[in-house]
Amino acid sequence: MRIFVPRDSVSVALGSDKLAAAITAEASRRGANVSVVRNGSRGMFWLEPLVEVESDEGRVGFGPMTLADVPALFSGDLKGHPKSVGLVEEIPFFAKQQRLTFARCGVTDPVSLTDYTSHGGFKGLEKARAMTPAAICAEVKDSGLRGRGGAGFPTGIKWETVRNAQAPQKYIVCNADEGDSGTFADRLIIEADPFCLVEGMAIAGLAVGATRGYVYLRSEYPLAISILREAIAIATDAGLLPDFTLEVREGAGAYVCGEETALLDSLEGKRGMVRAKPPIPALRGLFGQPTVINNVLSLAAVPYILAEGGAAYAAYGMGRSRGTMPVQLAGNIKHGGLFEIAFGITLGELINDIGGGTASGRPVRAVQAGGPLGAYFSPAQFDTPYDYEAFTARNGLIGHGGLVVFDDTADMAHMARFAMEFCAHESCGKCTPCRIGSTRGMEVLDKIIARENVAENAALIRDLCDTMKFGSLCALGGFTPYPVMSALTLFPEDFGVTSLPAAAE
Amino acid sequence: MTTQWDTSRAAGIISKYLPLEGPMLPILHALQEEFGFLSDEAIRLVAQTLNVSRAEVYGVVSFYHDFRQEPPGRHVLKICRAEACQSMGSEANAQKLLETLGLDWGDTTPDGRLTVEPVYCLGLCACAPSAMLDDELHARLDAQGLQALAGEVI
Repeated sequence: MRIFVPRDSVSVALGSDKLAAAITAEASRRGANVSVVRNGSRGMFWLEPLVEVESDEGRVGFGPMTLADVPALFSGDLKGHPKSVGLVEEIPFFAKQQRLTFARCGVTDPVSLTDYTSHGGFKGLEKARAMTPAAICAEVKDSGLRGRGGAGFPTGIKWETVRNAQAPQKYIVCNADEGDSGTFADRLIIEADPFCLVEGMAIAGLAVGATRGYVYLRSEYPLAISILREAIAIATDAGLLPDFTLEVREGAGAYVCGEETALLDSLEGKRGMVRAKPPIPALRGLFGQPTVINNVLSLAAVPYILAEGGAAYAAYGMGRSRGTMPVQLAGNIKHGGLFEIAFGITLGELINDIGGGTASGRPVRAVQAGGPLGAYFSPAQFDTPYDYEAFTARNGLIGHGGLVVFDDTADMAHMARFAMEFCAHESCGKCTPCRIGSTRGMEVLDKIIARENVAENAALIRDLCDTMKFGSLCALGGFTPYPVMSALTLFPEDFGVTSLPAAAE
Repeated sequence: MTTQWDTSRAAGIISKYLPLEGPMLPILHALQEEFGFLSDEAIRLVAQTLNVSRAEVYGVVSFYHDFRQEPPGRHVLKICRAEACQSMGSEANAQKLLETLGLDWGDTTPDGRLTVEPVYCLGLCACAPSAMLDDELHARLDAQGLQALAGEVI
C-alpha cells in the first residue's frame, strides 16, 4: 500500500515531515507493507497536511492530519477515519479545475523522473527537438499564452524577438522571485513538479537558440530552491539536457527584483536597480545578450502547449486571455489554495463558490487581486470575469493570479497606508516618484488616518498617485496607486472621506 | 552555528564561486552562511578578489534585505507582515510578541538569543499567518502559537 505525504512548504510548515515519520513508524510497528511517498501538494491548502492512501477506487484523502490521527489509518476502516475527505479527485475544489499546467502537482513524487515521464512529462521537449525554432515559437504564439508574471505580454512574440536576434550567447531567465503576497503558484509548481519548469526552459532554449538558463528564485523559498536544484541535477545526469546548462540563483530578499530588469541586474551581481527600457531584455538582457525572461508559470505552461499543440491550449479561456490561470486563493478564506481554471470565471465564483467565503465566517469586505500592487475589489464588483482586459477595465489587474480576501474587520485606510509603506521599503530608489512618492504618500495617509484636513489630503493623495502611476520607471511605483486609490474610492468611509474623489485615470 | 572570520577559509569559499557568471550574490550568500554576517573584512576581500571597489560591494550588501553587516542573534524569527497574513491578524500577533520581548522589528534580545525580523511573504498565504524560525517554516500561527514558537528558543 502506498501512502502519500506531501513535502511542499505548506505541508512541511504544518508538520508533514513528522507525520511521514510517524506513518512509517506506525507501519513498521504493525508490520504493514506500506511505502510512504513524499508527493507535492495538490494545492488544497486548507486540508494540509493532506495524507492520501491508495485504494482500488482511487486515492483517499485525510486532512488536515495530526499525529494523533495516524494510528486510525491502519484500523482497516478508512471510511470511518475522522479526517477522511473521501476520494481526493472528487473533492469539488479539485474536480472543478482544468489542470493543464498543474496536472501532475500532488499526484507524483516531484523528484522522480519515472513519475514525471509516466505522467506525460518530456513529451513536449521531445516534440520540440524535432521542430525548427521558428515552428516552436509559432506553436507558442498560437497558444495565445501571455506572460503570467503580471504584464501579460504575448510569450511567443517575446521568444520570436530573441530567436531573431544575433549574438554569441543567448539566455533563458526564469523569474521565480514570487514576492507578491497571496501568490504561491511558482513555489507550488517548483516544489511539486520541478521537471515541468526544467522542460519548459529547455524548450525555450531550443526555440531561441539559448544554451544557458538561470532560475532566479527568492531566498524566502528554501525548500523550492533545494527541490529544483535536485531536479536539475537529476535531469542533467540522465542526459535529458544535452545542450542546455541550467542553474538556480538565490535572491536576497528584494521585492523589486521581481521586476525583470532589476532581476537581470541582480543576476549580474549588482544592486537590483530597474533599467530604463529600451533596450528591451529580448535584445539586450543578461550581460547585454538577448534574453528570454519569463515567469515560472509562463515557462511551465509550455510543455503542455508543445505536447498537445497551441490550439489545444487556446481552446480554453475568453477574449484575448487564452488558456488557464492558476488562481491563488489566499488570506482570510475558508478554502484557500491553488485553483487552475480557464479565464472567464467570475471573481465572485472564485471567492464564494470555490473559496467558500472567509475563514472567519464574517462577510467579505475586500479582495486584493494581483499582489501588493493590485487593486482592491469590493463584493459589488464580484461579477468581474477573470480576464486581463476585464480587470483593466475595472482599474485593476490580474497580476500573478493572487486573490487575498479580507473580512469586514479590515481597515482599508490602514491597507492603503501599508501599500505606500511597502513601496517605500522595497523601492530601488532609481526614480523619484517611487523613491520619494511612497514616503510622502505614507505621511499623507497618516494625516488622513489622524483625520487632519481629510478632503485636502485625499486630493493630495490622488495627485500623488497620478504622479507615481505615470512617472515611475517600473510597476513598483507605477502600480502602488492601484491598492491606494481603489481602497480610497471603494471604502471612503474608512478614510473619513465624505465626497468621493474621482478615480485616477 | 556560524564561525569566526578566517581570511583563508573565506578566500577558499570565494574561489569556489569565481567561475560563475555574475558571482557576487552567490559569494555573499556563501560568506554570510559561513560567518553569520558580512563584516568589513569580508567586503574588502570580495572587492579585492572581484577587482571592484569596496563601495560597489558595500552597495550590493546594503541593497538586499537578506545581507547583514552585524551578527544576528543565535536564532532568527522572521514573521510575515504581508497582506495575506495581515488579513488573518498577523500584525496584532507580532506586536504582542514584540511587546513581550521588549523589541522592535530587527532587534535582538539583550542575551543575543533571538532576532525578530519582518519578512514580506513566505508563500504560505492560504494558511496564514506564517513565520520562519531559522530554516523552519510555520503556518496557521495564531498569537499563542507565535509566542510558543519564540518561547522555544528564548
